Amino acid sequence: MTVRDLIPIAVLILLAALLPLVVTSSPVLNFLVFMLIVALGAQGWNILGGFGGQFSFGHAAFFGTGAYVTAILQTRYGINAWAGLVLATAAGAAVGWVIGFLSFRSGLRGSYFALVTLAFAEVFRILANAASFTGGAAGLLIKLDVRPANLQFDDRAVFYWLVLALVAAVLLLTRWIQRSRFGAQLVAVRENEDAAKALGVNSLKVKLRAIALSGGVTALSGCLYAQYFLYIDANIAYGSWISVELLLAPIIGGVGTVFGPVVGALTLHGLGELAKQFAGRIPGIDLIVFGGVLVLAVAFARGGILGLLERLRDRGRGMVTRGPKEVSHAGR
Amino acid sequence: MLAVEGVSKRFGGLMAVNNASLSLQPGGIVGLIGPNGAGKTTLFSMISGFVAPSDGRIRFEGTDITGEEPHRRAELGIGRTFQIVQPFAGLTVCENIAVGAYLRHAKRADATAKAREVARRVGLGTELDRPAGGLTVAGRKRLELARALATEPTLLLLDEVLAGLNPSEIRDILPVIRGIRDEGVTILMIEHVMQAVMNLCERVYVLAQGRMIAEGPPAVVCADARVIEAYLGHGAAARLKAEGAAHG
Amino acid sequence: MYSPQIILEAALNGLMTGAVYALIALGLTLIYGVLHIINFAHGALLTCAMFAVWIAWAWLGMDPYLAILPLVPLMFVLGYGLQRFVIGPASHGDDGNILLVTLGLSIVLENVLLAVFQSDTRTLDTDYSFQVVALGPLLLSYPRLIGLGVAVVVTGLLWLVLNRTDTGKAIRAVAKEKLGANLVGIDVPHVYAVTFGLGCACLAVAAGLLMPTFYVNPRIGGAFVLVAFTVVVLGGMGSLPGALLGGLFIGVVESLCGLFLGDSLGQIGIFLIFIAVLLVRPTGLFGAKA
Ligand SMILES: Nc1ncnc2c1ncn2[C@@H]1O[C@H](COP(=O)(O)OP(=O)(O)OP(=O)(O)O)[C@@H](O)[C@H]1O
Ligand SMILES: [Mg+2]
Repeated sequence: MTVRDLIPIAVLILLAALLPLVVTSSPVLNFLVFMLIVALGAQGWNILGGFGGQFSFGHAAFFGTGAYVTAILQTRYGINAWAGLVLATAAGAAVGWVIGFLSFRSGLRGSYFALVTLAFAEVFRILANAASFTGGAAGLLIKLDVRPANLQFDDRAVFYWLVLALVAAVLLLTRWIQRSRFGAQLVAVRENEDAAKALGVNSLKVKLRAIALSGGVTALSGCLYAQYFLYIDANIAYGSWISVELLLAPIIGGVGTVFGPVVGALTLHGLGELAKQFAGRIPGIDLIVFGGVLVLAVAFARGGILGLLERLRDRGRGMVTRGPKEVSHAGR
Repeated sequence: MLAVEGVSKRFGGLMAVNNASLSLQPGGIVGLIGPNGAGKTTLFSMISGFVAPSDGRIRFEGTDITGEEPHRRAELGIGRTFQIVQPFAGLTVCENIAVGAYLRHAKRADATAKAREVARRVGLGTELDRPAGGLTVAGRKRLELARALATEPTLLLLDEVLAGLNPSEIRDILPVIRGIRDEGVTILMIEHVMQAVMNLCERVYVLAQGRMIAEGPPAVVCADARVIEAYLGHGAAARLKAEGAAHG
Repeated sequence: MYSPQIILEAALNGLMTGAVYALIALGLTLIYGVLHIINFAHGALLTCAMFAVWIAWAWLGMDPYLAILPLVPLMFVLGYGLQRFVIGPASHGDDGNILLVTLGLSIVLENVLLAVFQSDTRTLDTDYSFQVVALGPLLLSYPRLIGLGVAVVVTGLLWLVLNRTDTGKAIRAVAKEKLGANLVGIDVPHVYAVTFGLGCACLAVAAGLLMPTFYVNPRIGGAFVLVAFTVVVLGGMGSLPGALLGGLFIGVVESLCGLFLGDSLGQIGIFLIFIAVLLVRPTGLFGAKA
């Protein structure tokens, strides 16, 4: 990584960090924190789905694991929330590795991989809903005890900064992936697995590393969710809503790019809020917008928003427009 | 350095490769020819680890590699190209080649430098930043070659790298292949362009209907009655001979 | 612990529920077999059909079984249009895209239904909803028995359509060899859309059979679609008899799991089978080749 690689990340994060100084209304801060948590989880999805080309329809499996691990550790074993954060991330990575090992070793890819991840998430949801140590259908409440040592802050802005810092860290991680041997091999596996193998890429190992990283990052976001709202149940933590959100954001923003998931999460939730403002209290209106945007993005902007911008810029410079396939990997 | 010992491959009821053997000494270019569907590509796939033989063993530099994964064989020094080109379509030419170069160079700067050098050698030096999906057929063939070369193989398996090229493109690429050999890389190439085979190969193997039917210097092998029959059908050799006699 | 009669009754009930699963899976597997796509919107389309049956009953006083008759062509047209004008053009022929487009569609459909009907659960009651038929010592639900019969008949009809009509032959030709079919002058996009329409028409039948004993809310399709995926994977993607057998099997498994594990864990058996089949034998148990 060079300094030039880091400048855009630094600028974006600094600007975002200044926001709470301007905006103090708590609904807006709530919105921003939630949006960032989704963005973080989506960054996790993007490592596997965007760079690795393995579309998961069940990232709830990791999100929920992160949320439940920290909640259970705190409520049942009295373990510190910060330690919970670390352990939750590790648990997500482990679950990712196991799911990856089972599915990649059987050669699952494409739609089959999407289905099997979906099924894993459902199994976890049903188990968490039925088992007693997860609190069953009643869910788990993390005790309200506002102290920084407990990862609870009386100022929402602090939590916002914390999530932002983690988003920044994952932006750096993603940038590193993009510039590293691991990333090059991962992208090669996405583009053509056989060709990659012939060039000495251990595709199973590369995919396993990707899914473990992916699972870890998404679990981290689930852990933050639990920590911010202090309540989870199986339908929140392992529900299909989060699998869908985590996949939508990168695809809308720009799949396989560093900033795509963040841009996508911001756009989606911005649009969702707008729709709610206009349409009032119609239930599901934001999701109608999400689904519509997804179809439109696939139809007209395969590289997502960043891909569109790139194409506009190229056209502005009078360059030959590149095909959608190339655009989807641009924006680096 | 390479010893293929009696390998067979069965696809359902079809014996694609039937008890074929082959051995290569270090250095030089050896050809593998044979009619369409003879099983040449299948044999390559077994040497490079993409297809598991139903029977037989494959040894590389003395060690048995029959059960090794393809990526392990690449690490050991076996590089291959694909008959049906397999570019990473979404990446640039340079990024494509760099994937190969990363095998022996962990650092991005080193891998990129290696990729540029290889690109220049195969004549892709000016196309480095183009998307691989946009290359011409000749460009893609060169890219296949470049990527394999970037893994710094000691044995290079080339599967019809000349097919689909026009005569002038072939003329351009022949010296490149010779150059690779001169650096000490052993080359085994499948080729239909006989002129190139005559030109490049010191020795050829002939595969027909999965069996290795002949082996030797190209000029000798091409005169072999079995080889002529394999290409032109039963009785062709005798006919040719008779015609030759009648004209002579 | 359980008397054989209870177990047998549960198995038979499962068999009858499984018949409806089979119908839903039939549409899914037909679409997969021909278009080679996984239709994620299948569940949402089922929900639409179920709401249509409910509306016909609540607003027009139409019997749910009778409602199947007009609904079949309606769903066919809807499916035809969706494939021809939305899914086909939007996905540029890429599998990953199709998955995403149908996912997007399902989100839209589901939430439009939510916006219109709210999240309330609706039921309809007919005078035969709770009728039972005595089979020796066993009591079987009458509407479910009808469901089983109709499912078998519809599978047979579909088989006839595919094997005896020109359209069916065109569909099978496209399924086998898309390029070749195109070359001999078959209008591939049209055949795709017809197949998709047929798949949706199956849902109309399933909806009519479900409603007398079941309920509908905007999210109900999600529960069915996962089961249907399981059935399809189990039966071998694209295989009609596989879907029928797989559906019946899954119905029995679900019913028995429910009996032994309780309702909240009942469905887990299905997903574990699903995962196991995908991991071990993604071509399905009933032998259809990938
Ligand atoms: N994966 C496979 N499954 C079934 N049959 C196969 C498979 N791969 C190759 N075959 C069959 O094996 C035979 C040998 O094929 P192969 O590609 O090795 O021939 P080839 O000598 O490379 O021919 P060409 O000169 O046309 O490239 C052919 O009949 C082919 O159809
Ligand atoms: Mg070949």
